[in-house]
Amino acid sequence: MQSLVELSYEFVSNMVRQNVGQEGKKYFPFIFTIFMFVLFLNMLGMMPYSFTVTSHIAVTFALAFLIFLLVTVVGFVKHGIGFLGYFAPKGVPVFMLPLLVIIEVISYFTRPISLSVRLFANMMAGHTMLKVFSGFVISMGIAGGWLPLGVMVAFTGLEILIAFLQAYVFTILTCIYLNDSLHMH
Amino acid sequence: MEAEAAKYIGAGIACLALAGAGIGIGLIFSSYLQGALRNPSAAQAQFPNLLLGFALAEATGLFGLLVALILLFVV
Repeated sequence: MQSLVELSYEFVSNMVRQNVGQEGKKYFPFIFTIFMFVLFLNMLGMMPYSFTVTSHIAVTFALAFLIFLLVTVVGFVKHGIGFLGYFAPKGVPVFMLPLLVIIEVISYFTRPISLSVRLFANMMAGHTMLKVFSGFVISMGIAGGWLPLGVMVAFTGLEILIAFLQAYVFTILTCIYLNDSLHMH
Repeated sequence: MEAEAAKYIGAGIACLALAGAGIGIGLIFSSYLQGALRNPSAAQAQFPNLLLGFALAEATGLFGLLVALILLFVV
């Protein structure tokens, strides 16, 4: 049990150190909480008869919006109003600047949407497909032999893998956004 | 055409986005494999980038699936 906790601590600590740098150490508890929260919510959904919390857009959007607010506030606190310079990268010809700023602002604001929809759609689609395939297992009955069972086992394994993967990707994108805010570009 | 029929047709068309997702995921894994076979010692360090790229490519396809689901259940 202790080695599990140490492994996960090491894993997230490496992630934070690689992606955010030395200043990221004070955000480490938050990142670790996010990772464990999303991971265990996803895994709880895999237990039979349970309820997958992350398959509701309300939950994932609240989480992603919180992270987006955190990253924006951290950027403004650290760089002051100069944080708006994030949207105009260096070395851009002046005539391209208006278009580029609009594109950068739009892509910055779609971050919480993409973060939340990625987790939500993965969880919901995965569980929906599990239910649909279970329906096929029942309607095929004994005629399928071992094949429906094999497909269900393989698919459940895939869902568990996706649960881990989505938690990891959620966390690493949070680290990358935090890095963007702390060290502008 | 009634709204119900249009909803189903729209949901079906929105699922074409998953073709792009499939191609994108294939591209990412193929380039990882090509790089890993040329330089196996550097492959392990790029594994996190592989997972990140896979999830981002999958996400774009799932946005299309989300549009289909919105058409079916919300509109």
